[in-house]
Amino acid sequence: MAKKIGILGAGKLGTVLGQLALKAGYQVYIAGSGSAEKIALTTEILLPEAQALTAKEVLAKTDTVILALPLGKYKSLSVEQLAGKLVIDAMNYWWEVDGQRPELTDVSSSSSELVQNYLKKSVVIKAFNHMGYHDLYDEAKPKGQNNRKAIAIVGDNKDAVQKVAVIVDDFGFDPLDEGSLMQGIRMEPGSPVFGANLKYNELKERLLSFETTKRGAAAKKAGNPAVKLGGKF
Amino acid sequence: MINPGKIIFGLDSFGDIPRENADKVFTQAEAIRQVIKEAKMADELGIDVIALGEHHRADYAISSPDTVLAAIASITKKITLATGVTVLSSDDPVRVYERFATLEAISNGRAEAVLGRGSFTESFPLFGYDLQDYDVLFEEKLDLYSKLLEERPVTWKGSTRAALKDADVFPKTDNGKIATRIAVGGSPESVVRTARYGFPLTLAIIGGSPERFKAYIELYKKAAAKFEQQTYPVAVHSHGVIADTDEEAIELGWNHIRASFVRIGQDRGWTPMSREQYESEVQNGSFYVGSPETVAKRIARMLKTLDAGRFELVYGAGELSASARERTIELYATKVIPRVRELLREE
Repeated sequence: MAKKIGILGAGKLGTVLGQLALKAGYQVYIAGSGSAEKIALTTEILLPEAQALTAKEVLAKTDTVILALPLGKYKSLSVEQLAGKLVIDAMNYWWEVDGQRPELTDVSSSSSELVQNYLKKSVVIKAFNHMGYHDLYDEAKPKGQNNRKAIAIVGDNKDAVQKVAVIVDDFGFDPLDEGSLMQGIRMEPGSPVFGANLKYNELKERLLSFETTKRGAAAKKAGNPAVKLGGKF
Repeated sequence: MINPGKIIFGLDSFGDIPRENADKVFTQAEAIRQVIKEAKMADELGIDVIALGEHHRADYAISSPDTVLAAIASITKKITLATGVTVLSSDDPVRVYERFATLEAISNGRAEAVLGRGSFTESFPLFGYDLQDYDVLFEEKLDLYSKLLEERPVTWKGSTRAALKDADVFPKTDNGKIATRIAVGGSPESVVRTARYGFPLTLAIIGGSPERFKAYIELYKKAAAKFEQQTYPVAVHSHGVIADTDEEAIELGWNHIRASFVRIGQDRGWTPMSREQYESEVQNGSFYVGSPETVAKRIARMLKTLDAGRFELVYGAGELSASARERTIELYATKVIPRVRELLREE
């Protein structure tokens, strides 16, 4: 049976991730912010074979779901519908879309921790957030191919991180386990890996250099434990 | 495929500020006059379109593109006078109609309104709009604008401006309709909307492989069929710089286009573009950088892949000097454009 994955968000990122999932042979269920009909045509053309549904229906179909909606709207998600799910958080704070939301860019914790605190009954893993969507599309390569790029994964539940690592690999990237969810701060806008497009070892090195950046220093000053402790290395 | 002879070639500027050397940088006023000079040059060299974008930032001098286009209209003969884009969301559709109808009159039918949501958001707070209303602002204003385009009295009601009852808006145009396109940055919803209103589509492809947009063009066509609207050849807008040799152009692109991406990316939390990323944009991505032959090959390949009918080269990004800008325009008109047509005919 085909592996299944749900995607909440049918914008630029959601459709590219959907394309990678289809290429990897997954059964894809995708929802936008409204009715399934609103995204039916987009889905039919950009994601043939994927099913356009409502968010509720997507969550009824699959236990693994990628969040690709604007971060500012995370509280529109249903805690109950997402209960028990493996949730891959690919969202970033984007002030031009989200407006001025200081809590979403607060350096004392990562935005994925906010999402986990809200989605109390789910397991939240951060991945696919630090590479631009056109690089995600252009750089996906089969395992073992030259110059394959890496995607960092953070999360507190090791089994879930393992599952996401398989998905990252299936989608065309080397998975890099970067530790617990709080380390997600190293992958956010303003970090040295954000928008970069790197191979495993380069990505690993760059994640470690977070402390040397302005945002890294600010996080340290704010007492962010992820930075105080350093990475998992 | 589109007839190579019919492909339209344009130049796009945001009114970037040329820097001549470490000490001499153009004032914003000088930068505007430079664009007017370049547009005249482009017209004389036979380039089809000049498109000027609206921004409200220190690094771009043009905030009022249709005013600059009016000046260009009076000293040019054939070139189409387009915007790229007019930020409709934070504008008023009635005024947009009035300004373009006026430009249409001044230029004797050469005006083209290119409407979009814009890739920057400065205009929202400046004109008192809330970014949270991003979608409804564009949707409603496009709805009203498309009614005004019919040039008949309009009755309209919405949440983003005062209602209109049998409002007749002037001047009327000689051709009966202002040429209008919608420019999108790759949101599928925007592509579908463009098709729904029956407007031609411009794709702003500023990074990554153009191939990715093939499906978007398919989406535009399928959506138009569904809404029983006509489709038009798609336009592509991308950055570039042309010099006599590849080496020279690649260095200019690195020092200017890449520099502008780094500066803009900083506000969005992007790490600076690496040499590898830059070179991949130049080789297979969306930077048209190189000698005339190199750039012509890349444009021809992209037009063929996407079956696009129009290419607009965004020139002058990142404080490129006036002389390098003018050289780009000259090489584009005299070498690149004829070579692209030739390459497409050969295939």
